[in-house]
Amino acid sequence: MRSGKIGYLWPFVKLGLTDVWRHKTRSFLTMLGMVFGVGSVVAMLAVGEGASQQSIDSIKKLGSDNIMVLSVKPSSEETGSTGQARGSLAVYGLLYEDADRILETVPGVKSLVKARMTQRVARVGERQLEMRVVETTPEWFGIVNRPLLDGRVLSERDLAYRANVCVLTEHGVRRLLSGREMVGQRIRIASGVFEVIGIVQNESGGTVRAPDSEADGYIPLTTGTKLFGEANIRYSAGGMEGEKVELSEIIVHMKGTEYVEAASRAIESVLKRFHKKPDYKIDVPLALLRETEKNKRTFNIVLGAIAGISLLVGGIGIMNIMLASVTERTKEIGIRRAIGARKSLIVVQFLINTCVLSITGGIVGLALGVAIPLLITLFTAMPTVVQPYSLALAFGISVGIGIVFGLYPAMRAAALDPIEALRHE
Amino acid sequence: MKPGNDEVVRLENVKRHYLVGDETVRALDGVSFTIRRGGYWAIMGPSGSGKSTMLNILGCLDRPSEGAYWLNGENVADMGDDELSDHRLKNLGFVFQSFNLISQLTVCENIEVPMMYLGIPPHERAERAKALAERVGMGHRLRHLPAELSGGQRQRVAIARALANDPAVILADEPTGNLDSATSVQIMQMFEELYGQGKTIILVTHEPDIAEYAKSRIVLKDGRLLSLEESPVQRNVTPEMESGNA
Repeated sequence: MRSGKIGYLWPFVKLGLTDVWRHKTRSFLTMLGMVFGVGSVVAMLAVGEGASQQSIDSIKKLGSDNIMVLSVKPSSEETGSTGQARGSLAVYGLLYEDADRILETVPGVKSLVKARMTQRVARVGERQLEMRVVETTPEWFGIVNRPLLDGRVLSERDLAYRANVCVLTEHGVRRLLSGREMVGQRIRIASGVFEVIGIVQNESGGTVRAPDSEADGYIPLTTGTKLFGEANIRYSAGGMEGEKVELSEIIVHMKGTEYVEAASRAIESVLKRFHKKPDYKIDVPLALLRETEKNKRTFNIVLGAIAGISLLVGGIGIMNIMLASVTERTKEIGIRRAIGARKSLIVVQFLINTCVLSITGGIVGLALGVAIPLLITLFTAMPTVVQPYSLALAFGISVGIGIVFGLYPAMRAAALDPIEALRHE
Repeated sequence: MKPGNDEVVRLENVKRHYLVGDETVRALDGVSFTIRRGGYWAIMGPSGSGKSTMLNILGCLDRPSEGAYWLNGENVADMGDDELSDHRLKNLGFVFQSFNLISQLTVCENIEVPMMYLGIPPHERAERAKALAERVGMGHRLRHLPAELSGGQRQRVAIARALANDPAVILADEPTGNLDSATSVQIMQMFEELYGQGKTIILVTHEPDIAEYAKSRIVLKDGRLLSLEESPVQRNVTPEMESGNA
């Protein structure tokens, strides 16, 4: 008589469904708690996921197997300046030697890119554009992934011959050379004339500081040294101000993410030994990524907890109604017990009843939870990601709540004395 | 001592004591009797005689404080709740004064309830429920809810439900208490028919004219057996029924 066949449980499911249908208003109000609970769990997780994926994506663009070492201007007291009467020259930052030392001492380095970045004015005839000039080596293009749109990128030959060539970003090209044949064009950057040899795509979107800015010009490092030197001097009324930086950035490309942590510590200790002043900074995108992912988890837990509270409230609502229902159906319980239903079957009957409520509420809630992120994305352009696991989670929780909060009323029902229950009117 | 095969109910010195405050109420105080298969008994007595307690014990809804109760060959006096439930399911059919149909279920579904707990497959259940409803003359009301039926009709459905598990004993608790006299007669005729078909029936009532229908009588007073008069079971049992109860 206790076969677990579906045919055996179906009458109880049917009973639960008809009971829900019979008390439409009550059931609807009871289920609302579950609907909003499940809906908010799914929607909140989707919004949280969308936000964190956005920032994770932009960090990933930096390359999780890269370590970026940047020159930082130390605060003024620490600046070792060649003090002159009418101006000052700040000398700080990474040196060529640093790059060599890193390459020699740090294990797991695949390649290394040296770059010096300065703001310079580019001109083509009448047009002029203040652009960031990146003096670098061909490896840059291997590490900072930019699809090539036209022409070619810098080569070792360019570096060796100190060629006056430059690669522009799409954005820079559009502002400087719009309407003209782009590759092969000559442009003037500060005091030099450069031939545009290639165009690369701009980075799209992203909020985190990226190694490229919108309008970039890439020239060989050697050409930069030859033409501009290492001191960048600005003249202003009454004097001049300048800074001498050998390299503004070293990007260390590791063989794999597993080398990154050890390497960043090694780089730190190498640099510490040769730099008296804290004139450098080490950025580890991987660490940033990890931190963001950790934040994301915390964020999700907080959101989930808030949504969980509404689920809890929904569950309590269901329990409340089921307790009322047990009182209302005392007579029926008595009859069923007299006929020969075991206590456990009464528990099953009431549990199924609560589960029908909570699962129906859960399904409507899932629909709501999927619809809300879609609407948010539609109206606010905020990315949202509904993850399958969150659907399963919310649904599982709604079933679980049905069982947990149904259990107490069901046990109360089963514990009724059949003689008393039969007498109940 | 284990009862013989034709003894379907056997009470041996059954006592049922309640503690109300500091006072022990002796609802049943040492009752013994035997009911043979196919018997039609009335248990009578004024209120307070222990009639209800007797019904609850016979119906496996309550346990005696002392003594043995053999039901269909098994002593149920010390059984646990689940075993008692199983005995109710297999061996007993209840007919109540207030019909006690489940109001949300149709006639057919009400009759199906015991079969559902017995694990009978749905189509077979429906078929048997229909046959039982026809047997009590309710075949035309299968889809009706109890609230749409008259008292007499409801009691017929209740009888059909009591028969659904083919019980060893039908326990009827004032089955005509809520019915007018004409309907009462019809219902009592139905019990008469069941008796004719070999069913064992125990009727609990305080109305002497209803008790008249029964063939044998037990009168209780103050929790004790006042009188017992047994007439031999008429052996006009149909072969089908005999095999069903064996």
